[in-house]
This record gives sequence, structure tokens and C-alpha cells, in this order.
Amino acid sequence: MPDKGKIIYLLVIFIAIAAFPFIYNSLATPVDMKIKLNTPVIDSMKVKQCIVPKEEMRRGHMKILNRWRDEVVRESSRDFGMIDGVMYEKSLQRTCMHCHSNKSEFCDRCHAYASVDIYCWDCHLAPKENKP
Amino acid sequence: MKILLPFLGVMGLVIVAFVGVELLNLQYLFGVIIPYVAFITFMVGVALRVLKWGKSAVPFCIPTTSGQQKSFSWIKHNRFDNPSNNLEVVGRMALEVLLFRSLFSNTASSLKKEEGDLVHGSSKWLWIAGLAFHWSFFILVFRHLRLFIDPIPPMLYLVDSLDGLMQVGVPVLYWTGLIFLISATYLFIRRAVIPQVRYLSLPNDHFPLLLLIVIALTGLVMRYFIKVDIIYVKDLTIGLFKLNPVISHHLGLIFYIHLFMVSVLLIYFPFSKLMHAAGVFLSPTRNMPNNSRRIRHINPWNYPVKVHSYEEYEDDFREKMKGVGIPVEKE
Amino acid sequence: MSNSKPDELSQINYMPPDEDWMDTAVHMKKGMYCHGANENSLKTVGFPNPRQWSSSETNWKLPENWQEIVIKGMAERLEKYRSFHIFMDICVRCGACADKCHFFLGTGDPKNMPVLRAELLRSIYRREFTKAGRILGRFAGARELTEEVLKEWWYYFFQCTECRRCSVFCPYGIDTAEITMIARELLNLLGLNIEWIAGPVANCYMKGNHLGLEPHTIKSSMEFLVDEIEELTGVKVEPTFNRKGAEILFVTPSGDLFADPGTYTCMGYLMLFHELGLDYTWSTYASEGGNFGSFTSNEMGKRLNSKIYAEAKRLGVKWILGGECGHMWRVLNQYMDTWNGPADFLEAPVSPITGTKFENAASTKMVHISEFTADLLKHDRLEIDPSRNDHYKVTYHDSCNTSRGMGLLEEPRYIINKVCKNFFEMPENTIREKTFCCGSGSGLNASENMELRLRGGFPRANAVKYVHNKFGVDMLACICAIDRAALTSLMDYWVPGVRVIGVTELLANAMKMKGENDRQTDLRGDPLAGADDGEAKEDSEDA
Repeated sequence: MPDKGKIIYLLVIFIAIAAFPFIYNSLATPVDMKIKLNTPVIDSMKVKQCIVPKEEMRRGHMKILNRWRDEVVRESSRDFGMIDGVMYEKSLQRTCMHCHSNKSEFCDRCHAYASVDIYCWDCHLAPKENKP
Repeated sequence: MKILLPFLGVMGLVIVAFVGVELLNLQYLFGVIIPYVAFITFMVGVALRVLKWGKSAVPFCIPTTSGQQKSFSWIKHNRFDNPSNNLEVVGRMALEVLLFRSLFSNTASSLKKEEGDLVHGSSKWLWIAGLAFHWSFFILVFRHLRLFIDPIPPMLYLVDSLDGLMQVGVPVLYWTGLIFLISATYLFIRRAVIPQVRYLSLPNDHFPLLLLIVIALTGLVMRYFIKVDIIYVKDLTIGLFKLNPVISHHLGLIFYIHLFMVSVLLIYFPFSKLMHAAGVFLSPTRNMPNNSRRIRHINPWNYPVKVHSYEEYEDDFREKMKGVGIPVEKE
Repeated sequence: MSNSKPDELSQINYMPPDEDWMDTAVHMKKGMYCHGANENSLKTVGFPNPRQWSSSETNWKLPENWQEIVIKGMAERLEKYRSFHIFMDICVRCGACADKCHFFLGTGDPKNMPVLRAELLRSIYRREFTKAGRILGRFAGARELTEEVLKEWWYYFFQCTECRRCSVFCPYGIDTAEITMIARELLNLLGLNIEWIAGPVANCYMKGNHLGLEPHTIKSSMEFLVDEIEELTGVKVEPTFNRKGAEILFVTPSGDLFADPGTYTCMGYLMLFHELGLDYTWSTYASEGGNFGSFTSNEMGKRLNSKIYAEAKRLGVKWILGGECGHMWRVLNQYMDTWNGPADFLEAPVSPITGTKFENAASTKMVHISEFTADLLKHDRLEIDPSRNDHYKVTYHDSCNTSRGMGLLEEPRYIINKVCKNFFEMPENTIREKTFCCGSGSGLNASENMELRLRGGFPRANAVKYVHNKFGVDMLACICAIDRAALTSLMDYWVPGVRVIGVTELLANAMKMKGENDRQTDLRGDPLAGADDGEAKEDSEDA
């Protein structure tokens, strides 16, 4: 193999690229995913439930929020509906963040973990948190 | 048949994933074991194939010269199409690998039968589709890093937000995903429809395209329609890459089909034409400088051959040579 | 000769048949293939399995273990040639090469698409050398090596001129010339050569040139040309043969000594070297620049090529000048030094006239005549009257090998532009690195395969026709001896009224020699523009 050196270089580069996630993950400090979900508001709830089931919310919250935005802005339709006698409004700040006031844990950790950049807070005011 | 067989093959693979995950609950097999086997097969397979190529000798300096040679200072030398040294070869290879330069110069010939004229016009469709296909594929794989590593470096955010430029829909549409699907579909249709290309295609030309189309479709469906919980997905992938795999019961069939098809692709890769990705770097007509008159190229297996020597020649023709006054060695 | 008229032959159907190519048996069409090699031609050079056989008969008298020979031959070559190994593995069948081949464009036969030509071999490679092919068989594009397949190989690998046009467009640089060379080596192992190659190879081995010209014949042919020159110009040129101590050895294809229009190019060499007072010699031992050996096997190519260095060493010259030829220059540029070098007994070439060092030939020590001449013209070392070519409208055909195996594109154009005023390029997709083959290269310029040659030359001829109709082009310039022979038949058939001329002939037309007569005609005896019916020109140049 006259060009042995070059071919070995090529292979080393290939293997380094292909094995990059293994190497990176073994060296890097992962995102802390121990998240305290309970806020004072949630603690005070008798039945701890969201407006849709939790798993559905985990997968599809962005779709709900997107739909809400369109309906509120374009059709002035603000009512989401009654759940257990309570009327919920289609509002990020007044509904979602009312309970989940801990944005930096509740929103940001997962979004950072999955690298999902959101533009909610381009317009909305982020809730004030008592940062530790 | 050439299209039907690979189509049935790919569908069969989808069914295998369905049966395995939905009916037999083999989540661990499909989520952990097969991906590991695939990854190892891919790495080892590619490396072995390249080493095997490397073992073959390069006896002659045979670049295809697609431009003016380096001769005089007053004649413009075409560095990238006819490189004269290794640096220029790197330039040529870079243009070839990153921009598909040879394909860029593609022409299409057509015969005007009435006049009997052959016309050769520029034809860029294959180049455009090929470039779109490969680049979107590359960016798309690169983007998947966000599911493979933790924490995520800022660089990835940048690629993500560029790919999601214009913020169409929620989740934001990745352009590369769409471009990939369109270009792969174009390449498949081209193969299936243009008579000459269909004629020269083999079943194993259709198979990887169909496989990739299914991978792209399941990926897009997962992101935009039947949502999967990305956090569970990442828990699984990170677990795989940390050699500590955890199976989650929240991952749906569509995810397993996607993962299984990717695994099949990885296993298929080293044994197929997909190895062109590595082979192009070793192609002697592209990776050698055209300098064989300036610097002697060595053939490792060069051996002495039987020749008809001048002495033998003179013995055959001495009298005739002398007769016409051509000088000879032995009078 | 083909009986069809040009307007019939050009009605080409590019639509492939419905049946899969693996199911389509080879149909050997008369006029599309050559005679098989004679027993004696193979015996002369010691090629394996010599026998009398006929390509048009069913029984090719193959040796009993022919499959084993082929498979072993392939295995050996996979290790010897990375090109072959890679090209067997990485083709994606994108089809970019398909309509780049002059034989496909001229025949419409889908197996002339470079990709399918290679698949003929790849299908066997997969079956014998890859797991996928062994297990999946046809699904992976593999098939058995049968006698049918072997005949298909023979038919189609002698329908490739190793011109490399497909390689220019291939995104991986897959070069069908490499594949054809290997395939022909494999066929050669079974004695399946063609006589048009094997005959010249035997000639060249024993007598020093393809035509089999013996030393005294070379000298008398040359004397004839010397007389012609004297008659034409009044100048007596004095070539020498096998002269020891000359500075330069000149080697050119033997075809140039033998038949016109090559002989006019040869006269051009003689006139040019005389005018320069060049200290050079011809050789009767190394009297062939071309190398038909390279069309049969690497080893035979080396055996024939060895004579050039051997002779340069024996005569004690400083460097070697090479004449106009296509495949000769592929060999000289990419193979000679590797095969038979290092030529450390020679000196790095320097033009004795201009002092220019030919840096690009520093190791091989062999310079192309167009490089040599372009340098002379650049330094104004020749007195040139381009109006002496005014009676011609010229276009230029790049030889496949000098363009795609060397990159000699501008030097000949520089010369043409200096020596003639009416130069018109053919369409850009048919020249330079995209040039179309004459259709007769790589040893296929026989007469029994004339239909193949005319079809293969159709794309080239068609581009000439374009400039012929548009600009009135009547001269097709080239720098290749096979071109000079092949393009002449091609033009007579497809574009009557266009003749073929070597670049050095054009130069010699325009070159004023010291002590020459008032020239009234060009080298072929055609009256110059402005010279009326042999009457003296009024503004004649001083002798």
C-alpha cells in the first residue's frame, strides 16, 4: 500500500466522525434533567391535572399553543372550555404559566436537552422567577 | 420486476418492524440490539472495504485530464481539472466531493432525425438533484446530532435555526427534510421513468432509494403529524451512545420503523454501491496529479519483460541495413 | 464498407428493448466486429492459447478451463489495479455516462452505454468476488460466467475505443478505458484477440513498427518524401537514421511514413527539422511511436515501448522528441517512465533553438512536437506566412488521448492560430476534454468493422458537418496518425468535401524555408490562394 498513510488518515477521520457521539457523551456533563415540576400553585391543587392528559401534552403542546395563538389573534376566540367547573382561557401566560411559573425548569431544561429553539418569548413576557 | 422486488423488500422490512414491535413486543431487539449491530457492521464494514481497496496497487499515474496541462508559463494551466501537484489534487477532489464538478459539466445529447443532427446541450437536472439530495442528507444527519449528544453545543442551534428559516409551521419546518424527500423522490422517479436509466438500473439501485424515502417519510411524519415524544427518543439514543440503553414504553411504532430502516441502511451500506462515498476519495483518475512526465511514478509490481533487443533486430536485418547505408553495430 | 447511406445510418433508435439486458443474448452483427487474431501473430509474441479460430463461427475453440483462467485473471488484476477494484465496486448507475459514448450515440445499442459495458464485467465480479452477489444473485446484479457472456465481452470490449470521454463526466471518475483494458487482458488470456491489433503487435515486436516496414523500406519511403520536398521547395532535406551522437531521437507513428495524408505531416517534420538545423536522428529499430501492445495487455505495451528508451540509450542522444499521435501520447505521458524508466541516461529536455527547458517532461525526457513547435513560434524562431493556408478553412479535432490522458489542448491551437487565418472551432461540447473519438481508436481501425467505425465516428463527423455548413470548413486538423487515416474515411462518408490534415503539415505550408523556391502549392500540390493556375504570384515572397 504505497499511500497507506493517507488511507489510514482517511479511516481515522471516518471513525472519529462516526464515533463522535460516543466520545462526546462520555466526556461532556449532561443537562440536569431532575426537574421539580411542582410550583406553589400546583401544590395547592386538589386534583393535579393539566388541561389535556400529560403524555399528550408532552408530545403536542406546541401544536396546542400554535392553534391557540391563531384562534385568539385571528378569531378572537379566547375560551378553551370548562374542566371540572373551571373555565380555562387560551392563554400562555394566564393559563399555562399560571401553574407552571417555573419557566427555566419547566420549559427550558427539556428544550435545551432536545435542542428545540422556541420563539414564545420573542413576544411574551417571561414570568418573573425567584432565581436561586 | 426490477422495481417491484426492492419495493416489496422495503415493505417487507416495514412489516418486520411492525410485527416485531407491535405484536411481539421486541422493543429491546429493535431499539437496542439491531441498532448496535448495524452501527458496528457499518463501521467495521466500511473500514475493511477501504483497507481492501487500499491493498490494491496503483501501478500507473492515470488521472483523467479534463483541462489544459501545465506546460509553459504563457499557457494558462487549468489547475482544478488537470492538477499538476498534490495541492491542486486536493482542490480537484474538494470540488468533486463538495460540488460534484464532473456532473456539473453534464450534457444531454439528442438526435434531430430529420436533419440527422446530433445536438449536445448542457443538462443540469441530475447535478441539481444529486447535490440537493446529498447536501440535504448531510445536513439532516448532522442535525440529528441533537438527539445523539448532550449537552448541545451552540453550533447545532445555529444549523437548526438556519434549516428552520422562515419559521413555517410548528414544529418549525426543516427545509432539508423537505428537499431531501423531494430530491430522493425525483431520483427514484427518474430511474423508474427514463427508459435508458430504467434499463441500466439494477434492483439494488432502487432498493436504497426506496429505503431512504421510507426513512425520510417516517421522520417527517414523526415530526409533523403523528408526534413522538422527543424527550423519550433522546433518552433512548443517549442511552445507546452512553452504552447504557434504556427502553421507553412511550415510543410508538413509527419511531421503531424509522430506527429499523436506518439500521438496515447502515448494514447495507458497506456491501453496496453506497460505498461510492468512500470510493470517490480513492479513485485514481481523480486523486492523482498529471505529473508523470515530470516525476516518475513507481509501479510496485513492475517486473522485467521479454523484449526484442536491438542486437536481435540487427541480426535480422544487418545486410539490408548495410545495403542502404544505415549504420550497424557489427559489420 | 457499410452499404447504408448516411441518412439511413443516422436514423438511430435510442430506445432500449423491453427485455432486461441480462436476458438479451449478444447478437454479433457483421460490420460491427473484427476478425479474430491469427495463430501466428500470437505465437510471435508468445501470447497464451494461440489457435486458428473465427469470430463469426459459433465454436471459438476455448481452452477447457477457460472459466478458471478468467476468474484467476480477474483476481490477480483486482490486486494489481486499484482502478479496476474501485470501479467494480462504486458505480451507482446514475447514467451520466450513457449518452457520452460515441458508440452509444452512433448505434443506440444500450450495451454501448459505458455503464452497461462495465456491468458486463461487474456482473461477473459480483458473482465471483462479493458475498452479496453470491447470495443474492441477480437481485444484486450478479450472473454466471457463460460462453454467451464471454462472447458479449469480446463483442463489446472491442466496441470501445478507450477514449475516456465517459470518465470526464463520471462523478467518481470511473474510466471505461481502464475496464476495457482489463477486459481485453482477460480475453487475451484465452487467445481472443483481434487480428487488427495482434498483427501490428507482432510486426512491431519483430520489425520495430506496426506496419512491419523493414529498415531499408523506411529509408526508401523517406527518400521518396525527401524528393517530394525538393520538388516542392527546392530545398534538399537530409534525414539520418540510427545515427549515434545525435542530440535528439525523433519517434513518430509509422503510419506517417506510409500513406497520405500522414505522409504530408511527415514531410512537415522533415522540413521543420531541416529549417531549424536540428541535430536529430530517426531510428529504424524504434520506428513506432504508437503502441498497439497497450490495446492488448499492460505487459505487451511495456515490451513494445521499451525500444524507445533502449534506442535512445544506444544512440547516446540527450532527449526524445515525439511526433503527432494520440494513444502514443497516452502511453508516453502516463506509462512509459513507469514501465521502462528511469531514463537517467538522458538529459532533461532543452530546446536547442530557444533554450526553453521543458520542465513538464523533466523525468520522461520526451517532448511532444506541438510543445516543441509552440515554443518555437512563441519565440518567433520561424518565419511564418499564414496566408499560405488561406485556401483552407480549418477546424481542429482534439485526439481523445492527448486531451483526456494528457491535457494538450492549447499548444496545437496556438500553432494553428499562428499558421493559418481561417480557424473555426466546433461546438464546445464536442472539443477539448469533451472531444468525440474518431470511432476507430484502440486498434479498431480495420476494414471489416467499417459500419462500427462509421457509427462510432458519427458524433465527431456531425460536429464537423456543423462547421462545414456554417463556416465552410474544409480541413479537419488533428495531431494523431490514426485520426489521419480514420477521419478521412469518416469525412468521405459523412461530410464529403472535408479533408484531414496534420498540424505540422499546416505549419510546414506556412513556414518559409531558407533557400526555398517561390512556392505555388502546398505540400499536397493544391494551389495556394492567390496563385493562379501555376502562374507566378505577383507579390511572391523572396526566396
